[in-house]
Amino acid sequence: MKNSLDRLMDADDSEPLVDELDRRIIQATQAGLPLDVRPYHALAEALEVAVDVVMARLSSMRERGIIRRIAAVPNHYALGYKVNGMSVWDVPDDSVARLGKQVGALDFVSHCYQRPRHLPVWPYNLFAMVHGQTREAVEDQVGEIAALLEGCNRGHEVLYSTRILKKTGLRISK
Amino acid sequence: MDALDCRLVNLLQDGIDITAQPYMAVAGQLGISEEQVVQRVGQLLDDGYLSRFGPMYDAEKMGGAFSLCAMQIPADELEKTAETVNAFDEVAHNYLREHALNMWFVIATEHADHLPVVLQQIEQKTGYPVYNMPKLEEYYIGLRFEAGATQ
Repeated sequence: MKNSLDRLMDADDSEPLVDELDRRIIQATQAGLPLDVRPYHALAEALEVAVDVVMARLSSMRERGIIRRIAAVPNHYALGYKVNGMSVWDVPDDSVARLGKQVGALDFVSHCYQRPRHLPVWPYNLFAMVHGQTREAVEDQVGEIAALLEGCNRGHEVLYSTRILKKTGLRISK
Repeated sequence: MDALDCRLVNLLQDGIDITAQPYMAVAGQLGISEEQVVQRVGQLLDDGYLSRFGPMYDAEKMGGAFSLCAMQIPADELEKTAETVNAFDEVAHNYLREHALNMWFVIATEHADHLPVVLQQIEQKTGYPVYNMPKLEEYYIGLRFEAGATQ
């Protein structure tokens, strides 16, 4: 029988963390997976680790959410989604959870988060990223968000991206 | 990028399995060989249609931290400051946006307690304040782009 302290310790132990081999796998794949019809074999060979072990580690990291998925990340500019607008909204804190879920459910919103204000420089607490071919398309979408927020919208702006200065994805240090 | 590439990009955004031959399913769906799938992925990466192909890691689930940060940089200081900020390995991506706060970047650190250190170092090296805007709640994250939908 486990007492409550043991259960607490177990809860701590179950925190998903990475060990040395996980780290080596992350370092070897953070720029991408080897281009090979058997990519996990190629990875195992490069790491000098058995392929079963590499696949088990990747599966474990995926189960624990450390790996969201193993997938292609498209360059949305190259795919024609040339306009990327970060719409930011000042809504009452006691309504932000309800409103955030409604805005996040709109099919053109790719990310939706609550973030802290930095008054007086930055009054906005709700962020919704929208993408489109043209500014007009993005502005129509922002209009839909404004209509949804109605009286709760105390102000908003759309920050258009004009240049990608860096895009590398996550890197962990050696 | 042809019609087959579009279908390939759309299928590969959903992810591949962790199996000995993970492209077998996609190759079957598209009626091409696994070698052709890999060759096309390589070409899409070379041509810049894909930024990346591989595991998408979540820094927070590893015990790390992730945050969106903004800075206000005068136009004539922009290139130099961008270079300084981008030189940090922890800066995952960085966008220039039309606003007084014009530089927006994401920081990912492997250990949560390292994030404030990086913020401080960026402030020291650039001489400008960093506004830290970590997510307080995530309502939706489903980034996905239909290739071929905008033609």
